[in-house]
Amino acid sequence: MRVIVDHDLCVGAGQCVRAAPEVFEQSDLDGKSQVLQPVPDWKYQAAVREAAVRMCPARAISVVG
Amino acid sequence: MTEAQAVSAPTPEQPTPAPPTFPMPRACPFAPPAAYAELGEKGPLTPVVDVEGTAAWLTTRHDVARDLLAHPKASKNLLRPGFPALFPGAAALAGEIKGFLIWMDPPEHTLYRHMLAGEFTMRRVQAMRPQIEKIVDDGITRLLDGPRPVDLVHEFALPTASLLISELLGVPYSERDLFQHATGAILSHESTQEQRKTAFAQVRGLLSRVIAERTENLGDDLLSTLIRKYREADVFDHDHLVGMAVMLLGAGHETTANMIAVGTLGLLQHPEALAEFRADPSLSPRVVDELLRYFSIGDHVTCRVATEDIEVHGVHIPAGSGLIAPNAAANRDPEVFPNPDAFDIHRNSRSHLAFGFGIHQCLGQHLARLELEIVFTELFRRIPDLRLDSEVADLQFKDQALFYGLHRLPVTW
Ligand code: HEM
Ligand code: SF4
Repeated sequence: MRVIVDHDLCVGAGQCVRAAPEVFEQSDLDGKSQVLQPVPDWKYQAAVREAAVRMCPARAISVVG
Repeated sequence: MTEAQAVSAPTPEQPTPAPPTFPMPRACPFAPPAAYAELGEKGPLTPVVDVEGTAAWLTTRHDVARDLLAHPKASKNLLRPGFPALFPGAAALAGEIKGFLIWMDPPEHTLYRHMLAGEFTMRRVQAMRPQIEKIVDDGITRLLDGPRPVDLVHEFALPTASLLISELLGVPYSERDLFQHATGAILSHESTQEQRKTAFAQVRGLLSRVIAERTENLGDDLLSTLIRKYREADVFDHDHLVGMAVMLLGAGHETTANMIAVGTLGLLQHPEALAEFRADPSLSPRVVDELLRYFSIGDHVTCRVATEDIEVHGVHIPAGSGLIAPNAAANRDPEVFPNPDAFDIHRNSRSHLAFGFGIHQCLGQHLARLELEIVFTELFRRIPDLRLDSEVADLQFKDQALFYGLHRLPVTW
């Protein structure tokens, strides 16, 4: 699995960090999400998918694979 | 029958009953308005009218609500014709709501959202934990030292939430009577337009004074940070920042205070869940999310207006139609929350829509969550035998306001 955040869409809501703090982090500057683990550890994959499909309000997260 | 046919326009020969009016009252404080269940059976989106009789579309489904709220052609500008009026005359408040992030559209919204979002990240909020714990602890100590029974709303919920947001913004807490009363009047559907305008003028006046003073003498509070950021982006405008501050102050204390009150009641009404939570405070994030889902206190805030003709779940929606996605309905969608009427601290309620969805999803949600986690943990730890000093049937709920809550919550121990 690969995870990408579209910075044009991200509104800094931080749902991704709540779901998987090991994989995402928010910038202190504008709140936008930074991907810490572009290829998330298998342990976090379900949470990353939940964040992408259901939680991210801006639908800014894509997962491939 | 397809979804589109189910909601096709009535022919002149077969008049259908007049569509119901939104908002609908909650008959039971622990359940969404009963009308939602009926409307939900009519299709993914059903016609309703707002309090001024303007036509709008309402959904009770979680998936449809998300699609509406995140739709690129859905505007949050409440001054735009067709935006559902939550109280008569809402559209006449242009000057009063200048600078309110919550009613902006992109690209203006994008600019200000990002100036603020960095200040409300989980990490920034977690760093405030000691400050929040101190405020909550002092508040509980005051309760314990005071008389019993006591009204938890005025003696704990409002002071706690107000003190935190005023410290964060750098607004003198001594002004709390002014901003609490003004916010109450602004959010109440029972206020006259005159009262609402006076309340806006009072709280705008207060923040105008604070910002004028801060502009001369920057500190490390949030308003000073915003002055710096507005200047850096070359958009500094005193009146605009006053509006932003009014919105943050109002959104920051009234919502959380309401949630403290109804959440305390909710836990007292579910003693098994409460006992489990008290035995294991690490459950607090789940408890708080489930309380947010269960009460959905900002049920009416999740409205939009279509800026162009759009097609949503097979329904054609003309430009200028109001879009209503009551989050109390979405938060009881059995497709997402099985057995939705049960209060269950073990379910996954993370994807509730109590904080909205789309680009306007609540900016203060991490702050609100942490505040609530600390409040419920500490309140029931330090006052283990806290109990209601009233029949539930005698409690007065804020069912005539933009945010649901309790006017008073008499408790004792
Ligand atoms: C339990 C407490 C709270 C609830 C239930 C709540 C609920 C909401 C809802 C429903 C929205 C609109 C979302 C939409 O239209 O999709 C919203 C937006 C907002 N809330 Fe909250 N809120 C709470 C606490 C707070 C706090 C503590 C703050 C600030 C410190 C805050 C600041 C805001 C702001 C600035 C917006 C507008 C965001 C935007 O338009 O981009 N809220 N909130
Ligand atoms: S949840 Fe979505 S909008 Fe929020 S910070 Fe993460 S990527 Fe950005």
